[in-house]
Amino acid sequence: MKNYYSSYEEYQEIRGPGIIPPESPHDAERNEPDEEEPSMSTSRRDFLKLMGFSLGYAALATSCENPVRKAIPYLNQPLEITPGISNYYASTFFDGDEYAGILVKTREGRPIKIEGNGLSSLTKGGTSARIQASVLNLYDLARLKHPLKDNQQTSWESIDSEITSKLSQISTQGGKIVLLTSTIISPSTRQLIGDFMTNYPSTQWITYDSISASGILEAHELNFGQRMIPDYRFDKAKLIVAFNADFLGNWIAPVTYAKRYSQGRQLTESDSMSRHIQIESYMSLTGSNADQRIQIKPSQEGLMLLNLYNRIAAQKGAPVYPADPSPVETASLAADLLQHEGASLVISGSNDPNVQIIVNAINYLIGSYGTTISLSTPLTLKQGIDREMITLVEEMNDGKVAALITWNVNPAYDYPEAARFISGLQKTGLTVTLTERPDETSQLVQYVCAGNNYLESWCDAEPLKGHFSLGQPVIPRLFDTRQAQDCLLRWMGNEKDYYTYLQEYWQNNIFPQQSAKGLFTDFWNQCVHDGIFEMPPSEDVNTLYTPVRMTSSFPGVTAGIELVLYQKMGIGTGRHANNPWLQELPDPITRATWDNYLCISPSDAHELDLASEDVVLLNGNLEIPVIVQPGQPGGTVSMALGYGRTNCGKVANGIGKNAYPLITMTDGHRNYFSGNVRLEKTGKTYPLGRTQTHHTMEGRAIVRETTVEEWHKNPKSGNEMHQDIVKQNLTLYQLPVFDGIHWGMAINLNACIGCGNCVISCQAENNVAVIGKEQVRMRRIMHWMRIDRYYSEEADNPEVVHMPVMCQHCDNAPCENVCPVAATPHSSEGLNQMAYNRCIGTRYCMNNCPYRVRRFNWFEYANNDKFDYNLNNELSKLVLNPDVTVRSRGVVEKCSFCVHRLQEKKLEAKLENRTLKDGDIKTACQESCPADAIVFGDMNDPESAVSRLMVNPRTYQLLEQIHTLPSVHYMTKVRNMDPADKKRNYKNTYPIVSGEETTENISHE
Amino acid sequence: MYLTDARGILIKGNKTYSQVSGDVLRPLEAKTPRWWLVATFISSLAIAWGIYSIYVTISTGIGTWGINNNVGWGWGIINFVWWIGIGHAGTAFSIFLFILRQKWRTSINRAAEAMTVVAVICAGMYPLLHMGRVWDAFFILPYPNTRGPLWDNFNSPLFWDVVAISTYLMASAVFWYIGMIPDLAAVRERATSKIKKAVYSILSFGWVGTAKAWLRYETAAILLGGLAAPLVVSVHSVVSMDFATSVMPGWHTTIFPPYFVVGAIFSGFGMVLTLMILVRKIFHYEDYVTERHVDAIARILTFISLIMGTAYATELFMAWYAGGEYEMFTFMKNRATGDYALAFWTMITCNAIIPQLFWFKKIRHNLIIVFIISLFINLGMWFERYVIVVTSMSKDFLPASWAQYKPTITEIGIFVGTLGIFALGVLLFFRYIPMISIHEVKAIIKPTTETNSRKHE
Repeated sequence: MKNYYSSYEEYQEIRGPGIIPPESPHDAERNEPDEEEPSMSTSRRDFLKLMGFSLGYAALATSCENPVRKAIPYLNQPLEITPGISNYYASTFFDGDEYAGILVKTREGRPIKIEGNGLSSLTKGGTSARIQASVLNLYDLARLKHPLKDNQQTSWESIDSEITSKLSQISTQGGKIVLLTSTIISPSTRQLIGDFMTNYPSTQWITYDSISASGILEAHELNFGQRMIPDYRFDKAKLIVAFNADFLGNWIAPVTYAKRYSQGRQLTESDSMSRHIQIESYMSLTGSNADQRIQIKPSQEGLMLLNLYNRIAAQKGAPVYPADPSPVETASLAADLLQHEGASLVISGSNDPNVQIIVNAINYLIGSYGTTISLSTPLTLKQGIDREMITLVEEMNDGKVAALITWNVNPAYDYPEAARFISGLQKTGLTVTLTERPDETSQLVQYVCAGNNYLESWCDAEPLKGHFSLGQPVIPRLFDTRQAQDCLLRWMGNEKDYYTYLQEYWQNNIFPQQSAKGLFTDFWNQCVHDGIFEMPPSEDVNTLYTPVRMTSSFPGVTAGIELVLYQKMGIGTGRHANNPWLQELPDPITRATWDNYLCISPSDAHELDLASEDVVLLNGNLEIPVIVQPGQPGGTVSMALGYGRTNCGKVANGIGKNAYPLITMTDGHRNYFSGNVRLEKTGKTYPLGRTQTHHTMEGRAIVRETTVEEWHKNPKSGNEMHQDIVKQNLTLYQLPVFDGIHWGMAINLNACIGCGNCVISCQAENNVAVIGKEQVRMRRIMHWMRIDRYYSEEADNPEVVHMPVMCQHCDNAPCENVCPVAATPHSSEGLNQMAYNRCIGTRYCMNNCPYRVRRFNWFEYANNDKFDYNLNNELSKLVLNPDVTVRSRGVVEKCSFCVHRLQEKKLEAKLENRTLKDGDIKTACQESCPADAIVFGDMNDPESAVSRLMVNPRTYQLLEQIHTLPSVHYMTKVRNMDPADKKRNYKNTYPIVSGEETTENISHE
Repeated sequence: MYLTDARGILIKGNKTYSQVSGDVLRPLEAKTPRWWLVATFISSLAIAWGIYSIYVTISTGIGTWGINNNVGWGWGIINFVWWIGIGHAGTAFSIFLFILRQKWRTSINRAAEAMTVVAVICAGMYPLLHMGRVWDAFFILPYPNTRGPLWDNFNSPLFWDVVAISTYLMASAVFWYIGMIPDLAAVRERATSKIKKAVYSILSFGWVGTAKAWLRYETAAILLGGLAAPLVVSVHSVVSMDFATSVMPGWHTTIFPPYFVVGAIFSGFGMVLTLMILVRKIFHYEDYVTERHVDAIARILTFISLIMGTAYATELFMAWYAGGEYEMFTFMKNRATGDYALAFWTMITCNAIIPQLFWFKKIRHNLIIVFIISLFINLGMWFERYVIVVTSMSKDFLPASWAQYKPTITEIGIFVGTLGIFALGVLLFFRYIPMISIHEVKAIIKPTTETNSRKHE
């Protein structure tokens, strides 16, 4: 009998001690047992054993199908790519609506995540949900894969020769060529278009924005002689008064504005807080964050502003205009504005130049220009003038346009008179579309030039005067596509590629404006590396203000229901509607996914006997479900744009209803509201996928809040119970001890605006599955973090709070001790971990989680035709983060505090032989937050940012009274409104039903 | 010597020993009745639907059920607890009454025990089926493995469940089987066909009925009874700890273990009543299962119903007395007056109020009413589990995540499947195993038949 031993000690026991001294040079021989010679001959028994094993193994090996995995090694490994290590490239995001300086995280050459570029003074590392989700657009199967002629595949050579010959023919005949683009903020592209127009002199360039800011542009042209959007400095304003401008959500530059706005809302370093009054006609994200929210009908905005102007003008000795009485009392508002002279800001989302003129006049009188509004650094993000588009459509219908080249616009879908545009298109000789993806316009034109995704392209941008941003490709082209600029270059007979053109532009125009770098190559490399080049700020000179006569023909109190059109955080203008992440992002207010609907006020719903999910007939031709929306002004309804796409891709087609045709046109500008709409109850119902169906806190101390007055008196105000609870939280057990790092998070509820950007950031980072509307409706959404939204009890004008909730990483976690297989243990650094391989899916942990942050894989979400989203095709799967497992059916998952990021940075520090510094590690949600509401770090380090916040008197833990010892901390919400103010309240003149019926409506499930 | 005035006559009709054997074994020896075939067919259909639903669940995912991220357990766990409760009947009945020397149990305990075994099998399926990855269910067993420190979590009540339920199933099956051995031998003796003889002789372990064997047998029975009795208490206590050890309002209550055990015995006795009234009618066992038996069970149920009522009241009182706002909400607003009031008051009515009708002798002796009330008890106990599982999950701490739960056809299918298994198990038992304990009844006919009783008087 052979003796096997596992250690030397054991060996000695077997052999008897001291037989061979350990230092013996014959150590090697010792391993060979000498009692028995290993027999070389094979006994019959061994033969049978071997044969049995071989047969069994062969049967097993051949009967189980082994999946074939293709893995091709690099033939020549690129220098900068190390498998398993991420590369970050600075780039620029601009889709025609939104701008952000970004960093693109790539793994093995494929972009997998967008982060904000901290070097940008505009976006400061912030992003929006759509920017976060844009990486998935790159891998969209619905993208155009090659150029099309009459919707048939063609080659670039033939398309180039045909278009060039047609264009020169038209040009020589003097026919009109129109280049219809979205706003172009790229200086080099603007020059390129100029070159194109020189080449084809009969070319007219028209900018068309589906969400137009024409009113602001025209008003500033009248007041300041320059078409521009001034730079609104929300950070410098002590009083912000916004009329129907969703500046934290979708208005012009929301990321920039959110960054600036949140500076005045942190209350951690400084103790001053801005005051925000929102006057609006629907419950917007911005309105939900306001300290005071006043409800008006959209048509009354002008009248209210004029009254406000008159009150201020009377004080300031400026001309007063006759006006009907304001629907809402303006005296106190005027007093407030005058009190904060030079530190207040009035903005309006109206697209009516007449309204914007009043806004300008008010801002002028209260001294905003030069302080809270900068005219010297205007924004270029919206350039379209509505009148030009109206003229174009008329000319097209008159047959006056010989060639139409559209670029990154989709008027066949998003122009209010799309039918007129389409009929005009048919009368146009040559129609060309430069677009990345098929849309409603591209299916109607002769030539479709498939464009690159922005991640495959070079680009530059000047979103703000003197603020340059450079974008570089981070992946080779996936399809046979070409950047639009290259198309134009080719058609004007320029053989240069756009990259060269861009570089030359920078060399000739931007390089000379700086002196830091002597060599252009150095300058260029630096700019490509940083992604941002900012000129030193020029002197803030106030451009001369020219008063303009104001119209006073604003309607007074109108009868009938008015419709407001707005954009949702996920879908926006509908440009990226085919992105399943965005479709499934719950609206921050209604918490609905995958649909648009009509928001109706509780009072109107009561009157019309409607409940959420009832279908109404709008204007007799559009069937749409309603949501009873607290805070929706009586007499108004609101509906989101961007839905009802018909040729966008299988995700977006047929989702929701198109609201663009409901835009009204008056005096050459588009109004994003319409008066006197008709609503009829149909008796039908339509299921909506909402992630939250109960809307009040039931009086529980979930979000603790106070007012700034109270807070100044007592920083603990609103959070008084915290100390008592800590005192009462006694236990017989020893408290958990963490010797090294103890990860923790603090969420500033006063800074958080609830935009949902972190949700998408987390989804992209952690490969969170999309499950579709039916499953969302079943309340099975997979998002690892959610933003709970609660209304206060008053249904007609509720106060709103947003609360991001993710796994709280409790140190006394109720989920951990109930798992029968120990699949969710606690780490030595205080993380609550999930071992997917070990999980058998009893869901006991989910039941015992008081925060309800655990998510179960109810189905196989990857590679399943029933969930035909981004996890069901090889292309979209390229977006997956290789550091995070794709979970299989039947296991529980949840927020991991981005544990892979923690490990990565810890390893990095270890290799550099240093300890981790505070701020080295940012979780995905934290990194992308435009409001800087999330702080993450080591709670054991007393100097870390999170530790400092933990001792802030505003800090508490969610449900701390049940002694779960969460590692996530929340900070009270502070409203800038003293109790007296609340009583003063800006009275609304509309009859609003309040009381029990309405409360019942909001808690309707 | 066991004769008491309180019980009176237990076996009617002046039975002789051979009459007892003949009566009890008649269903085994007679031709298969038509109703038996029809009932077997129907229960097989139910099982087929159940198997299909199980197939759908396992092949597609738990997503085919109606549960969601907030209500993680639904019909799966409700029915698990319900079946376990029913499974308490046999053991509670035969073991407690056996230890208390209650001779009236003898004509009922065999059937009750059979019911237990089948019900526990039905119950045992649910914890497996409701797992997201049932193919990895063996992780839950503490088997030696190579995963180093990764083993079962002995803190988890679900792990205690595994141990408690498997022990309980084992103990009740053994107790049931040991009790049957002399009767199986009796079947063997009377068997006419060779195969039947062979089968029953194997099943009876060659029992010949010597005095020595009887002595040993009695000792074994009482030992087993003594060992199994604590299990009756432990198994449902452990099941209750699935809820009681959690932090959820409405689950986190210390009253749960006794409350669950009593509730289980309540539902078990209810099911025994349902079944025995049917058996008595179908197999003409009026002489063996007399009104007095029914009366005795009804009296026990009246008492347990009072305990149930007290438990419900205590829960409500404690919610108020403890002053926890979440408990207050769950008990007072959500259950008693809120969205789940219907389920809550059904539970109260069926469990605490309707059984109080048994105070009236007339009702206790009207078997149709007793039968209907027993059905109400089964229903009420189902609703009790529904109220516990669903209300606490549906509206818990953070109102933002409150969600409703509605079962799907798949969940209903699995439940119907388990009903089919239960029915089929009971039907097979009726057909192939003496459903009344012959030897135990024979032991009591002397002192408790009519002739003897009269003599006694």
